[in-house]
Amino acid sequence: MSFERIKEKLNILADAAKYDVSCSSSGSKRTNTDKGLGDSSGMGICHSYTEDGRCVSLLKILLTNHCIFDCAYCVTRKSNDIKRAAFKIQEVVDLTINFYRRNYIEGLFLSSGIFKNPDFTMERLIAVAKKLRTEENFNGYIHLKSIPGASDELMREAGLWADRLSVNIEVPTISGLKLLAPDKKHEDFTKPMLKVKNEIIQYKEEKKIIKSTPKYAPAGQSTQMIIGATGESDKDIMYSANHYYTNYNMKRVYYSGYVPVSEDSRLPAIGSQVPMLRENRLYQTDWLLRFYGFGINEILNDRHPNLDIDIDPKLSWALRNLEHFPVDINKADKRMLARIPGLGMKSVHKIISARRFRNLNWNHLKKIGVALNRAKYFIICDSNKWENRDLEAHKIKGLILQNSVGKFRKEYSSQLQLFN
Amino acid sequence: MIMNESRILIYDGSFNGFLTAIFVAFEEKAQVADIQKNTISQNGLFSKTETIFTQMDKAKRVWNGIQKKNNTAIKNIYFAYLSETEGVELLLYRYIRKMFAKNVDIVSDYSDGVVLKISQLTKSVGREKHRMEAFVRFQLTKDEIYFANIEPDFDVLPLISKHFRSRYADQQWLIYDVKRKYGLYYDLENVEIVSLDLQRIQANSTLKSDHFLDEEYGYQDLWNNYFKSTNIKSRINMKLHTQHVPKRYWKYLSEKKEAV
Repeated sequence: MSFERIKEKLNILADAAKYDVSCSSSGSKRTNTDKGLGDSSGMGICHSYTEDGRCVSLLKILLTNHCIFDCAYCVTRKSNDIKRAAFKIQEVVDLTINFYRRNYIEGLFLSSGIFKNPDFTMERLIAVAKKLRTEENFNGYIHLKSIPGASDELMREAGLWADRLSVNIEVPTISGLKLLAPDKKHEDFTKPMLKVKNEIIQYKEEKKIIKSTPKYAPAGQSTQMIIGATGESDKDIMYSANHYYTNYNMKRVYYSGYVPVSEDSRLPAIGSQVPMLRENRLYQTDWLLRFYGFGINEILNDRHPNLDIDIDPKLSWALRNLEHFPVDINKADKRMLARIPGLGMKSVHKIISARRFRNLNWNHLKKIGVALNRAKYFIICDSNKWENRDLEAHKIKGLILQNSVGKFRKEYSSQLQLFN
Repeated sequence: MIMNESRILIYDGSFNGFLTAIFVAFEEKAQVADIQKNTISQNGLFSKTETIFTQMDKAKRVWNGIQKKNNTAIKNIYFAYLSETEGVELLLYRYIRKMFAKNVDIVSDYSDGVVLKISQLTKSVGREKHRMEAFVRFQLTKDEIYFANIEPDFDVLPLISKHFRSRYADQQWLIYDVKRKYGLYYDLENVEIVSLDLQRIQANSTLKSDHFLDEEYGYQDLWNNYFKSTNIKSRINMKLHTQHVPKRYWKYLSEKKEAV
């Protein structure tokens, strides 16, 4: 093969694919069979990290960046004057196999611009996955994009070869979608999502009865939303995310701070800062909902439609609900321990294990790894030295901010505000 | 009286040798002042030294005894041992004694200093194992062996063998630990430990070596290009980058070749 030609295509088609955040390669249970190549039964692996600090786990490329649609937020939209390229199916297969054999990647993440029509495009993506599985006996991870508007039949086939399927909702609100992607309908996104969800349920049921039932998208499906492109509130975003988690059994919803890629009056101008801190707060909220037992309306509601920028959402919740504190570390149940600011789930589990042996004091908690600078205002332990002043919420917040160095501090320090 | 004189046990530096020392310590109810590798042993002023000869049957009995008592503990002990941390043998001895002294599962007693330390060492070694599963970069040699150099902080080769065997079942591969001068070689059937002293094959030099095919450099070039193209410049965060990919690993990563 011609390395020069492939290199040119790879540069164009990797560059266009990089705005898709997902790089997860875990959750599949595909093992190596008959001395084939690859195994994706373990945990995901990040083989490298780009200079922006993001994980490189999969070869993430578009099959082509030719596209018939003109979505304002998208770098490959029809009206954008950029270099276009397209891979042949065999070229993608060769690249994937050769990268995988050298331990560069866990597998392939294949997306595409929509050429001709959704079904034609989806067929091509499926052909790549099928070829990898059947001709190369490849058991690595494959993430395929569900093309909005693709037929049910194709979505059913896609899940037989892929580990994960995803369709990016991109714009969290229907009104925003109308504004930025007038060619697409909301149903174009949700229809393949619904099909995949139902197939997953059905295959799982069948597997209980017939053991040889093939796997269908064993790593589930995910979606992504752009943050900060259309003026939506954090509440809009998280309620929408919650909707996809509950109604479509999403494994993950990703939040992607909008990186301006075009001059368009409907969007932030090129050169605007990427809202990375806001993105971070949304992920924290996402975690609170999925792993910490919080309900969405506890964190975001009509009175608090946006997350605090200067403190994390759990601390923010605790400050609004001081009546639940202080919590006794040696007695509280798991649910309540998880609600203490500065305690991650790992610390919660360690505390529950360790307190069976003896009552824990400040020193123990520190060694276990609890972030005491936040936690100490909310807990009591085996010691009589605890925070016993009756502090008000804003006072606690002030003390915590004074005594901590957050990685995003420069983005909200008061010095900067002088110039805004 | 002689039974209770404190002793320094000297073993041959192998894990089985260490387990034999544990066996001896328990069987003879010895006062153990330290357990040391024969390569770095030091005489104590008030203790007598005793050389332990590795005996597989005794080592096996210790392994089985611990495993029977607690499956997590045996993993922790092996991982922590591979950290090669100074004094880890004595720490492990105390850990094992604690385990057998009590009827409760001590593995999760995180407010105990010894238990916490072992659990932290286990975590560090586990992290290094995972890093090596990620950072191995194979290069295809002219005799069709996928070859990689590594230089891990801890002796994790024995821990990654299974991972690579189940992943690359249809290709020959060799992973060589530059620091410890031994490697794992898979010949399409089994994985074996090979001791060699490789001086010449230095991975990831910007110079080409005639050990490898031209095609190999073609793919490295593609990978390096991909690595650059997939970066989003407006989100640059070098601190996070080096936190995830610490600089000491760069010399074996082809995508960081130019940066080294």
